[in-house]
Amino acid sequence: MTDTDAAERNHPVTMLVNGVHRSAEIPARRLLSDFLRHDLGLTGTHVGCEHGVCGACTVLVDGRPIRSCLQFAVTLDGAQVTTIEGCTRADGELGSVQQAFQDCHGLQCGFCTPGFVTTITAFLDENPDPTEDEAREAIAGNLCRCTGYQNIVASVLRAAELANGSAGQEST
Amino acid sequence: MKPPGFIYHRPETVEDALGVLADVGPDAKVLAGGQSLVPMMNMRLAAPSHLVDVNRLADLAYVRVGTAADGGREVAVGALARHADVERDEAARAELPLLAQALRYVAHPTIRNRGTTVGSLVHADPSGEMTAVLALLGGSVELRTATASRTVPAGEFFVGPLESCARAGELATRAVFPVPAGRTGSSWHEVARRNGDYAVCGVGALVTLDDVGRVAGARVAYISVGPVPEVLSVADVVEQAPVDAADWVAAGRYAADRLEPESDIHATGEYRRHLAGVLTARALREASARAARLEETILEGSR
Repeated sequence: MTDTDAAERNHPVTMLVNGVHRSAEIPARRLLSDFLRHDLGLTGTHVGCEHGVCGACTVLVDGRPIRSCLQFAVTLDGAQVTTIEGCTRADGELGSVQQAFQDCHGLQCGFCTPGFVTTITAFLDENPDPTEDEAREAIAGNLCRCTGYQNIVASVLRAAELANGSAGQEST
Repeated sequence: MKPPGFIYHRPETVEDALGVLADVGPDAKVLAGGQSLVPMMNMRLAAPSHLVDVNRLADLAYVRVGTAADGGREVAVGALARHADVERDEAARAELPLLAQALRYVAHPTIRNRGTTVGSLVHADPSGEMTAVLALLGGSVELRTATASRTVPAGEFFVGPLESCARAGELATRAVFPVPAGRTGSSWHEVARRNGDYAVCGVGALVTLDDVGRVAGARVAYISVGPVPEVLSVADVVEQAPVDAADWVAAGRYAADRLEPESDIHATGEYRRHLAGVLTARALREASARAARLEETILEGSR
């Protein structure tokens, strides 16, 4: 076997993606972003720059946001992954971050939105009541070429409001 | 673009990893966080034949605060500790605030969730914040092979741009950041063209005060102004000065005069030197104020 053949040897990979066990046999060089889109058909994760600058491909791995274009899927064998498809409510309605983007006009073309929604989801888990400055810092690693960011910052604050409101309702 | 193919190895223990590295020869790279290596592979700037994935070596996923062999305190960071793990470690933050002060300038939180501190040291990017932090603190990196182990001080570890002294077959297993002795305050300042981007110039400062609040030592370290992190003492300018009367602007000018930054498409060498002087003064002033507060806290505690 030549080195090239060996390089394209397939590796079995299993992940818990949005709560569902998913498996595929893939070459080691398959990026997580391509694994999600091509092998699993989850095309909600968008690929922008493919070198870690734009943030469009951000997904959550074990709860933390990461760039899926900067990880080989094989490395994350056994991991728990949440994509934009997993950011909806259990009943299929928009999740609080998604709803906030609609409320605040936080998107225009929508290409960058999946990366923003996943990033903000993880951020609000950690900091449920952010200031405007914290909201701005939280999205600093994601690029949007349409909105000018003002409405995305507003969406972060609105999502916090929605999440805190619904948490309040559940507890009563 | 997509990365080129490679032969993938995923050892489960440090010993297995060292065995694989000994077997596969020089055309191999260690894959930890991958936040520098994978973009280089995506852009086809790097095409190693073998990748040795160390993400299963859970023994190396640690941040430990402890006592050094010389009796001082130190923060030891294992090869699999992510930047975010170091940044959030409460004990490390309390003992050595400079780590978190500098880490918040390392790319973006999303990158820090995956990138490792030890990996960024081995990558030896002249703009990598943690290279200067290690150099400023006089830290070291432990390198292991299947048969040997060596501890390399920061001053010898960084050889050139994107080049550390780690050899083929060696695995950097941990970095040690010594806690400065005495009443020492720290600070990190940098200017980048965009939030989270590579610094045009970055500076870390340590200021130590004596019992009566005079400057006993002041050191600074730079990124993005030379091929390797540059460490300078500005003690000649401010030593023995009372903390609130020290001329930090003069200290900044003194340090800037000793740097030789080069021009590139983002900034001229002269602009970088000017920036270094301004940032040095700010970082030293902030570090000295923190040292002064530390002194008050200690004195109040002893009353």
